[in-house]
Amino acid sequence: MRVNFTVNGRPQEADDVWEGESLLYVLRERLGLPGSKNACEQGECGSCTVRLDGVPVCSCLVAAGQVEGRDVVTVEGLADYARQRSSGTGARGGTSLDEAKGWQAKGADSQTGEGAGLSPVQQAFIDAGAVQCGFCTPGLLVAADEMLERNPNPTDADIREALSGNLCRCTGYEKIMDAVRLAAARQSEGV
Amino acid sequence: MPANGAPTKITQGSQTKGGIGESTLRPDGTLKVTGEFAYSSDMWHEDMLWGQILRSTVAHAEIVSIDTSEALAMPGVYAVMTYDDLPTEVRNYGLEIQDTPVLAHGKVRHHGEPVAIVAADHPETARRAAAKIKVDYKELPVITDEASATAPDAILVHENRDDHHAGHVPHPNIVHRQPIVRGNVAEARGRADVIVTGEYTFGMQDQAFLGPESGLAVPEEDGGVHLYIATQWLHSDLRQMAPVLGLPEEKVRMTLAGVGGAFGGREDLSMQIHACLLALRTGKPVKIVYNRFESFFGHVHRHPAKLHYEHGATRDGKLTHMKCRIVLDGGAYASASPAVVGNAASLSVGPYVVDDVDIEAIALYTNNPPCGAMRGFGAVQACFAYEAQMDKLAKELGLDPVEFRQLNAMEQGTVMPTGQPVDSPAPVAELLRRVKAMPMPPERQWESSEGADVRQLPGGLSNTTHGEGVVRGVGYAVGIKNVGFSEGFDDYSTAKVRMEVVGGEPVATVHTAMAEVGQGGVTVHAQIARTELGVAQVTIHPADTQVGSAGSTSASRQTYVTGGAVRYACELVRERVLEIGRRKFGSYHPAWATAELLLEGGKVVTDGGEVLADLADVLEDEAVEVEEEWRHRPTEPFDLRTGQGNGHVQYSFAAHRAVVEVDTELGLVKVIELACAQDVGKALNPLSVIGQIQGGTTQGLGVAVMEEIVVDPKTAKVKNPSFTDYLIPTILDTPTIPVDVLELADEHAPYGLRGIGEAPTLSSTPAVLAAIRDATGLELNRTPVRPEHLTGT
Repeated sequence: MRVNFTVNGRPQEADDVWEGESLLYVLRERLGLPGSKNACEQGECGSCTVRLDGVPVCSCLVAAGQVEGRDVVTVEGLADYARQRSSGTGARGGTSLDEAKGWQAKGADSQTGEGAGLSPVQQAFIDAGAVQCGFCTPGLLVAADEMLERNPNPTDADIREALSGNLCRCTGYEKIMDAVRLAAARQSEGV
Repeated sequence: MPANGAPTKITQGSQTKGGIGESTLRPDGTLKVTGEFAYSSDMWHEDMLWGQILRSTVAHAEIVSIDTSEALAMPGVYAVMTYDDLPTEVRNYGLEIQDTPVLAHGKVRHHGEPVAIVAADHPETARRAAAKIKVDYKELPVITDEASATAPDAILVHENRDDHHAGHVPHPNIVHRQPIVRGNVAEARGRADVIVTGEYTFGMQDQAFLGPESGLAVPEEDGGVHLYIATQWLHSDLRQMAPVLGLPEEKVRMTLAGVGGAFGGREDLSMQIHACLLALRTGKPVKIVYNRFESFFGHVHRHPAKLHYEHGATRDGKLTHMKCRIVLDGGAYASASPAVVGNAASLSVGPYVVDDVDIEAIALYTNNPPCGAMRGFGAVQACFAYEAQMDKLAKELGLDPVEFRQLNAMEQGTVMPTGQPVDSPAPVAELLRRVKAMPMPPERQWESSEGADVRQLPGGLSNTTHGEGVVRGVGYAVGIKNVGFSEGFDDYSTAKVRMEVVGGEPVATVHTAMAEVGQGGVTVHAQIARTELGVAQVTIHPADTQVGSAGSTSASRQTYVTGGAVRYACELVRERVLEIGRRKFGSYHPAWATAELLLEGGKVVTDGGEVLADLADVLEDEAVEVEEEWRHRPTEPFDLRTGQGNGHVQYSFAAHRAVVEVDTELGLVKVIELACAQDVGKALNPLSVIGQIQGGTTQGLGVAVMEEIVVDPKTAKVKNPSFTDYLIPTILDTPTIPVDVLELADEHAPYGLRGIGEAPTLSSTPAVLAAIRDATGLELNRTPVRPEHLTGT
């Protein structure tokens, strides 16, 4: 089947999709957007979290056909999404299909954040040491960003509740807590 | 055409000094937060096929027949391979003992053993084709524990053993046995005023790294293959793979793809050989990605263990003797079992002074899932048991459990049961003091102005209590872990360091085969290069087999050994740079010949701070490159009868205090706080050090209260291979983890550092258990603790 939907603000068309394919598979293997991760593929770990019409979902549990005509934001579009949210504009840029298919790891400098154009929550994860192996990071970023959108001044208990669907095996979550607190503080200070 | 997602060089540090001791940020951090970092499961290649493994549905059986015809006939299927299709006579692999078949040969020995492999143009086609392979099994009785393994009529899991342990083990179903005998236990026992014994059980823990086993094998024009892989040790994989593929090692190129955690679970091969076999067979790139269900079958686990301990002490609280017997279940294949046995035996006393000991550790061959390396490696199981014993003794003697431990704590100069003196700081008593001195979390921390916040209570949002039946407990534990590969292993690392001028700026490039699995080795390598070479910019070359071995990312060894190799290579580069400088500028200033010279801030300076030259002027268009191996001091094997020998390189110590609250009616536990104090020698990157300690602590928490692979004792089949049924701590299960870092230099190690990754995983578990015992008064001799153990239901 053919599935038409919007990813990170750009219309996308996926062809020859099997009925059994998940949104996660289509993003990763058909659209060249492997940022959403495949840690469990059974809806338990949250590493594949994306926003579907604004709502955080495990993309491994969404059948590709269900996203027809809908709007998806992945970690690859998070920085743009945050930028547009803060500037209050509706239209969004994102990654073109050709760009996505030709993606290659680039050597950006995380010491300075130079040339990366990160969202506040992405920068906070780096600064706080919340990234180790990083496999849980994309899902956590999407979930944390969504929580901060709803609740700009979360308590620790709020953060834990919002991120309880995202497993991390490396950090013991302490630095993730630090990162979200840091992002919230920077957001409220307007930095 | 290169594979999509092939790693590229990462350059860091255009602005900060960023040498050792600073919390510089990860060079791969930006890639990881934008989703651009390519993990092994993200690799992609035009025209690639998908590989799938068919695994045994039974634990122990003869294979009567395999029929692949229906699978082969499916449209989209390119290849189906079984044992009979393997290209050479080398058809087994293994870390130490080559007992593991690449594909089952006439017999399967555990649930989930690979039997056949399929390549197809879509992963679902590959899965369906694998399901169409008909395997006729004739089931055999299962060996599941020591009694069934060593019964007089026991079936041998491996017949005709000829490995180097076969000659000294008491039974062919025992992989390895290590006794340690020192002093005179019978005599020392006579001095004991109290004797306590205990039988302890440690459940099977899974590494549960989040990035599934995966990789991409690309056939090359010279008949070889290029594998992009997530592993802990590229060269160990290569050594095991090449003979099976029938290729010389130079025709098997290995590049480290992004690794989504490891924790020991990637020390053994998983899909490496299978992907390469299918790529070579089909002439097409082949990607294999396990799903989580398969991952539980696709790697070894932490050895479950039965531990019997006896300790004696005098009335004034001094340990007299220790006897223990540790039985580790190695499962169907050896993996790292022999080394785990050596660790369990040699660290079974814990960080205490006991001169008279009688120790035996064994690992069994059974039909249970194979077990091998996991963070803590044999020391974890022992720590759980000896720390429970310490609490029992303290209680028996009416002493404070921390004071009792401090009274018996080892220190620098203490002789281990192996006869090896501890010749660097061993601040065991001090770590206990520090962790005890940390402020306690407030009582009834779940109370808020609006009543009980159920999120802070056992049961959480299930809203099972508002504080009724909730009891607090506090527990302490301390542990000892060895650092580096032990028992005479030639544990070296290689580093290639290059220095040149790019765009007017001196730049260092560090190239090693070290597996970055999340620990932050790449961060530390850049810091070492900056410190040693005085450059701002360091480029980290992707890890591959184009450079010599870096050894394994395990045993808390990478910062020590590959870090040591990077430092050594940098020193040699510096000498060469200074030689060039002397040649060019030596006649202009006498200090070139007389002073101690350093590289700092892109310049050659004297130790007095006088600038002699810019590195850019010294090097001009010349590049200096050095590739060298570096070794820590050698170790010795343990004697097979007495266990004596200087077997370990270095020791690492951590102590924990756990505060728990238990709903005694429902048996639900909430860990409120897990404080840790650890000696790290020298924190090369304090932020990363704390991250390691908190992460290791949390894995110890997991096996205290939730994590266990459940194997049916009747069938030896795994009952919970999913994240639905195998639970790891979520952010709600994990408390705050305050960390107190002590830095007492080890003069034998680079920069005085101490390997840190594993020690916090040891003492975390027994501290939580001790706290639950304190809250409930129950004995609790097994981990993990489940609600029924607390309610008696």
